[in-house]
Amino acid sequence: MIEIKNLSKVYSSSGKDVVALKDINLTINDGEIFGIIGLSGAGKSTLVRCINYLEKPTSGEVLIDGKNLGTLSKKELLKTRQNIGMIFQSFNLLSQRNVIKNICYPLEIAGVHKKDAVKRAEELLELVGLSDKAKAYPSQLSGGQKQRAAIARALAAETKYLLCDEATSALDPDTTRSILELMKKINKTMGVTIVVITHEMKVIDSICDRVAVLDNSTVAEMGDVREIFSNPKSDIAKKLVLPERKTVDEVSEGKGIRIVFNGESSGKPVIANLIFECGTAVNITYADTKELDGKAYGQMIIRVPDESADRVKAYLEKNGMEFSEIE
Amino acid sequence: MSDILVQLWNKGILQLGIWETVYMTFISAAFAYLFGLPLGIILSITDKDGICPVAWVNKILGVIVNVFRSIPFVILMVAMLPAAKFIVGTSLGNKAMIVTLVIAAVPYVARMAESSIKEVDRGVIEAAQAMGTPSFKIIYKVLIPEAKPSLIVGAVISLVTILGYSAMAATIGGGGLGMIAITYGYQRFNNDVIWICVLLTVIIVQLIQELGMFIARKTDKRINK
Repeated sequence: MIEIKNLSKVYSSSGKDVVALKDINLTINDGEIFGIIGLSGAGKSTLVRCINYLEKPTSGEVLIDGKNLGTLSKKELLKTRQNIGMIFQSFNLLSQRNVIKNICYPLEIAGVHKKDAVKRAEELLELVGLSDKAKAYPSQLSGGQKQRAAIARALAAETKYLLCDEATSALDPDTTRSILELMKKINKTMGVTIVVITHEMKVIDSICDRVAVLDNSTVAEMGDVREIFSNPKSDIAKKLVLPERKTVDEVSEGKGIRIVFNGESSGKPVIANLIFECGTAVNITYADTKELDGKAYGQMIIRVPDESADRVKAYLEKNGMEFSEIE
Repeated sequence: MSDILVQLWNKGILQLGIWETVYMTFISAAFAYLFGLPLGIILSITDKDGICPVAWVNKILGVIVNVFRSIPFVILMVAMLPAAKFIVGTSLGNKAMIVTLVIAAVPYVARMAESSIKEVDRGVIEAAQAMGTPSFKIIYKVLIPEAKPSLIVGAVISLVTILGYSAMAATIGGGGLGMIAITYGYQRFNNDVIWICVLLTVIIVQLIQELGMFIARKTDKRINK
């Protein structure tokens, strides 16, 4: 379990104090995938670096399995870090080592015998699907392959926690999806607790169980991803959840309704049935859904004529759809 | 070819000159790296963006390095002769020359190494720290291996610079191609000798350059081959 208590971080540069994090309280349970989302500058990268004490908090505590990192000796802290894997937006593989030697690196640091290290690395290569690239150097890999290698490396030393700092932000949508699927698989099969830092709601929505929305150095909203995705309360959560859709929407008339697909409803032809049953025209101004584990997640924004809005809402309610009216 | 060149060759003076230039250069470079590389590493890691920033250490070493680097070599060489006498027991000849070359090259090599180490991707260092690597291990498991190709390129440049300095050995009774050019060429008004020494120096520089760059390319895994 990761517990963050009253954590604050203040940077002082040339006499001026810059607050990066203000009074953060979070508990990340074992076995869950926890998301931290925010716009750039919200403090999320600083927060994730406080979890493994790459950044020392100005005040407050970080407890990993009950151990207060602030009270550990330098040696104990390094030892604790060995069990907290971390992956990055820019992969950060050692460019002069090939893939298998990169994966062996944390094991070398942990003092694992070379033969055992290579064996472990080979298992992990198999897990991330890179067995044929063991002898390749990072420069010979694609972005997705580099991130797979980085994940294998992060997991090498009996890792219990995996911190992901914008791990998919440099990847194309297809690769992003495959990396997210890999992360989900690791979470399920190895029981690794994952902390995902991102600015993309899509990432949170795809794999996270719970999410904390960071704004202005504080936690603006926290809870179940499904709950926040369907019903965002804070301004920042609304902004992150609702798509940028000015162009189409400005010219559309009628009442706007946002429908949320939470993995259960999308098997049915909802919109087609809605048209038949309510006998009304529907203008789809935005739709973004995706499949993960055979379930569909995402959202759709429709416009219906004012006079049939009530019928449409009644229909959605009857069918157990999550929806909300929007401006 | 003029007579004097044939004579120099037959007496083995020219061959000895080549050998003296090469060995002074390489021995000086080896000692310069022995002290300069650690100094460069300390300069880079104690910097404010380094892995263990210590402002005062960085400042003091930086000033010392700058002082030595700003003294012209001819002056530094003469000024360091007492040091040479103390270390190798003489202030004359090749041995003394090597001492002064090392003293002049250490700050140069340190700056070269410092800039190579600073080129190492900050993110890679951060990843190593996140994996629980102690600072000392970061130096030899991350910084040096990652900077290796750049360090080799730096070594090539340093070698050529030291080779250039070694030409002044004649001033304090040392040997090498510089001595031959001055003693048999300049002082005896024999331009042929000067040009041959220049040509030989150019060839040595070319060999060092080409071979060094070949090794640097060969060891760099960032380049797709």
